[in-house]
Amino acid sequence: MFLAVIAITLRKSILDPQGSMIAKSLRNLDFRVEDTRAGKHLELTFRASDENHARELLQEMCAKLLVNSVTEEYRIISLNAYED
Amino acid sequence: MKAAVIVFPGSNCDRDIIDVLGDVVGCSVTAIWHQDRSLQDAHLVILPGGFSFGDYLRCGAIARFSPIMESVISHALAGNPVLGICNGFQVLTECGLLPGTLMPNKSLRFICRDVHVRVENSATMFTTLFQKGQVLNLPIAHADGGYYAEEEVLKELELKNRVIFRYCSANGVLDEENNPNGARQHIAGIVNEEGNVLGMMPHPERHSEDVLGGSDGRWLFESLVANWQRMVTR
Repeated sequence: MFLAVIAITLRKSILDPQGSMIAKSLRNLDFRVEDTRAGKHLELTFRASDENHARELLQEMCAKLLVNSVTEEYRIISLNAYED
Repeated sequence: MKAAVIVFPGSNCDRDIIDVLGDVVGCSVTAIWHQDRSLQDAHLVILPGGFSFGDYLRCGAIARFSPIMESVISHALAGNPVLGICNGFQVLTECGLLPGTLMPNKSLRFICRDVHVRVENSATMFTTLFQKGQVLNLPIAHADGGYYAEEEVLKELELKNRVIFRYCSANGVLDEENNPNGARQHIAGIVNEEGNVLGMMPHPERHSEDVLGGSDGRWLFESLVANWQRMVTR
């Protein structure tokens, strides 16, 4: 079994009003925050034959449903195999 | 004309459209559950507004994979009219029938009020009974309605006259003050290249009877009926 953690954020070129609002709020609290990007955090548990296969499946899931490539990009934060 | 209104879990404008098409415009209209596969010989297919699947993941992203959507996509690709209103527009961009996407409103707030939109192209099957440049009063009710597409897509939309409605002032001027959600180029509605698939954020069905605050939206549905009549009597 694999556990993948992915982060989905708006592409850098796209204005992120939610992130900007969070940064502004942090600055109001006197934190010197230059920028904040908001996004989604997903944890996916799934079966795959090995790590390469797991990566392939993950890419497919992102392309088909999880990520809208018009405005979003994703990063794999971690991908770990574990015994079930 | 026979129309089908697709009902997803979380759709909430389906009944309004059924009422307008059935009682105001006088079409035969059926509601079709998203898990069905047949469009029951409907000529016009409508994807209504609402919060399909709770807007989870992204608005329209999950509805786009409902079983009925395969039939809706084939129906559209065969040149038949498909209209997506609000959440329906979001579903149309998610399934690739229309380009671009709908981003959170620039204010980050849910906006529910009447706005003005200018008719940019009256030569489509959805807008025949409007005049180009005519300003309509229509309600919007959305949190994610800011149309976004890459520059080259926007250029293509402009070049081919595929922008159908733009947010504007009461006298038709495009200014930031009257762009409620921060849409690129004030876009409120676009069609596909063939002109048979329209996606729009404003709700024409909510302004189809004067007693409910306005009737500008009615003429969109009447345009579809008029074009259908022309087609069948040809």
